[in-house]
Amino acid sequence: MAFLDVQNLTKTFGQTTVVKGVSFAFDKGEFISLLGPSGCGKTTILRMIAGFERPTSGSIEVDGRDITHLKPNQRQLGMVFQAYALFPNLNVGDNIGFGLKIAGMPAEQRRARIDEMLKLIGLAGFDKRYPYELSGGQQQRVALARAIAPRPRMLLLDEPLSALDAKIRVSLREEIRAIQLDLGITTVFVTHDQEEALSISDRIVVMNAGNIEQLGAPHEIYNKPATRFVATFVGQLNTIEATVLDAAARTVSIDGQAATVPALPATADNGSAVSLTLRPEVLSVGARQGNDITLSGTIADVTFLGSVIRLRITLGSNLLSLDTFNDQRTAPPARGEKVTVSLASKDLLVL
Amino acid sequence: MKTNRFWAWLTFALGAAYFIVPLLATFEFSLRMRRGTYSFDAYASVFADPYFVSSFGYSVVIGLVTIVVGVLVVVPAVYFVRLRMPWLRPFMEFITLLPLVIPALVLVYGYIRLYNSSSIIPFTGSALGTDILLTGAYVTLALPYMYRAVDNGMRTIDIGTLTEAAQIMGANQAQIIGRIILPNILVAILSGAFLTFAIVIGEFTIASLLNRPAFGPYLVGIGTNRAYEPAALAIISFIITWGAMGMINVLGRFAPRTSARTD
Ligand SMILES: Nc1ncnc2c1ncn2[C@@H]1O[C@H](COP(=O)(O)OP(=O)(O)OP(=O)(O)O)[C@@H](O)[C@H]1O
Ligand SMILES: [Mg+2]
Repeated sequence: MAFLDVQNLTKTFGQTTVVKGVSFAFDKGEFISLLGPSGCGKTTILRMIAGFERPTSGSIEVDGRDITHLKPNQRQLGMVFQAYALFPNLNVGDNIGFGLKIAGMPAEQRRARIDEMLKLIGLAGFDKRYPYELSGGQQQRVALARAIAPRPRMLLLDEPLSALDAKIRVSLREEIRAIQLDLGITTVFVTHDQEEALSISDRIVVMNAGNIEQLGAPHEIYNKPATRFVATFVGQLNTIEATVLDAAARTVSIDGQAATVPALPATADNGSAVSLTLRPEVLSVGARQGNDITLSGTIADVTFLGSVIRLRITLGSNLLSLDTFNDQRTAPPARGEKVTVSLASKDLLVL
Repeated sequence: MKTNRFWAWLTFALGAAYFIVPLLATFEFSLRMRRGTYSFDAYASVFADPYFVSSFGYSVVIGLVTIVVGVLVVVPAVYFVRLRMPWLRPFMEFITLLPLVIPALVLVYGYIRLYNSSSIIPFTGSALGTDILLTGAYVTLALPYMYRAVDNGMRTIDIGTLTEAAQIMGANQAQIIGRIILPNILVAILSGAFLTFAIVIGEFTIASLLNRPAFGPYLVGIGTNRAYEPAALAIISFIITWGAMGMINVLGRFAPRTSARTD
């Protein structure tokens, strides 16, 4: 029995349908990310779960109870907003205690719960401060504490990190994940940042234009993208043009070299052109054991990223991205240098 | 450069004089009740007049009730229009500007026609009924100011997200307005309140046509019968009005926490 069960959820604004019959089911305690480009309907789905938008059709069940038509204040959910949305007239303690007060918790118990929450987010002693006296990261932590203080049945987060700077973004997302694991609270996290989704989720719903493209664990999404959209949206992707030699035997010619690929599109005829795709990390400079295809090209661009060096290499008509580890003893390759790269044909994806 | 500054100061001085000289003249005149010497006799005479005390007291009470009713009407209206029916805003703007365009005289004649003692709703039939009518008229009269003050206050906070944040934590509509929205626009409401108060204290037309013992009609009555007291009263009402305006500033500075800050 799924804890969060969304069935055929549809939302239409005027003439445009922005969520097109989305279904998913998740277990208690899972950390779920809704990932997709801007405007794909992530926020709309989250707002329907929260009760701020009325679904055009479909149903939402939490813990076996249909909440589709409940008001937001009857759903017992917690939510964290992109813009923090702390109450400016209340201090940190009263902000965290707001939901408890509404629920009628006696002052003493409330006090204890607020202190517990402050400790959890590492802001003990900040209860008398006002929101404008806090940094963005601190405000968002208070917003998180405020959301979980009343022990909601589920936690909803809508791009809670996108207003913060890069460093805090990473540390706070790890903190959110740690707290979520600690409390075992089922969490739905909306983001358009694939790295964020990959790093903290149990499962990811990849969305595009109101539809689910793929649903799976981070490694499944990354390693076995179900569609071309997922492959390009999640992580980097290279494309190589090849010619089919024998469709039945799945052999192709890449830059004049024959290779056997794991799969070919059903429409591929002998002699037709196909696009093969591969991740930057499966390419290596020079030969490597297990790599059966070797290609030679020219370095078009070098990006030094610290521990990793990203090369862009032109191979005939193809431009490939390739990641190598930085070697402290040698200088990175230079632009215009001739290189050979190798890859294993089994790593090629046909989308 | 020097001449520039000279002209700037001259303009300023002329402007200030235009405003201050009559005030000083009135003040000086108000001190001349006793022959040959300056005195506060006129003021003493004003304060000793039982009608001054009663009419002023009456207007203060009506003013306070007007403020409360105005806040109760305007705050939820502005809130819901901003939140749920933003397309109604131009209409609201227009409606709230009408009291500035339509003379109070028209309003009060309308009232008298509609609510006279032989009508179905005879508000003017009793003193209390007329007081209610008067308060209603003042709420209308103050609407342009109250609406703009509250609307400005709500502009500075993200009422949509704050509402949702409170809602998801279980708060109902009344709790949201009472605990989140109102405290955050308190300063704006206060400024609207003081403007309302200043209007009510000096209003003549409606109070006199409805025949209520308000401060405005009292002022005018004194003005036609006495020589020095009106000058003293003018100075007193000037101080009251400007006191109210000053309070807006003071409270605005004293209550930074209750107002939303965007930094
Ligand atoms: N209240 C509304 N009225 C009309 N259209 C809306 C409304 N809310 C959202 N939309 C439209 O629905 C689509 C999906 O919006 P949504 O906010 O769900 O996208 P999103 O995936 O969260 O994007 P982002 O990453 O930019 O936040 C957008 O095209 C948006 O313009
Ligand atoms: Mg969004």
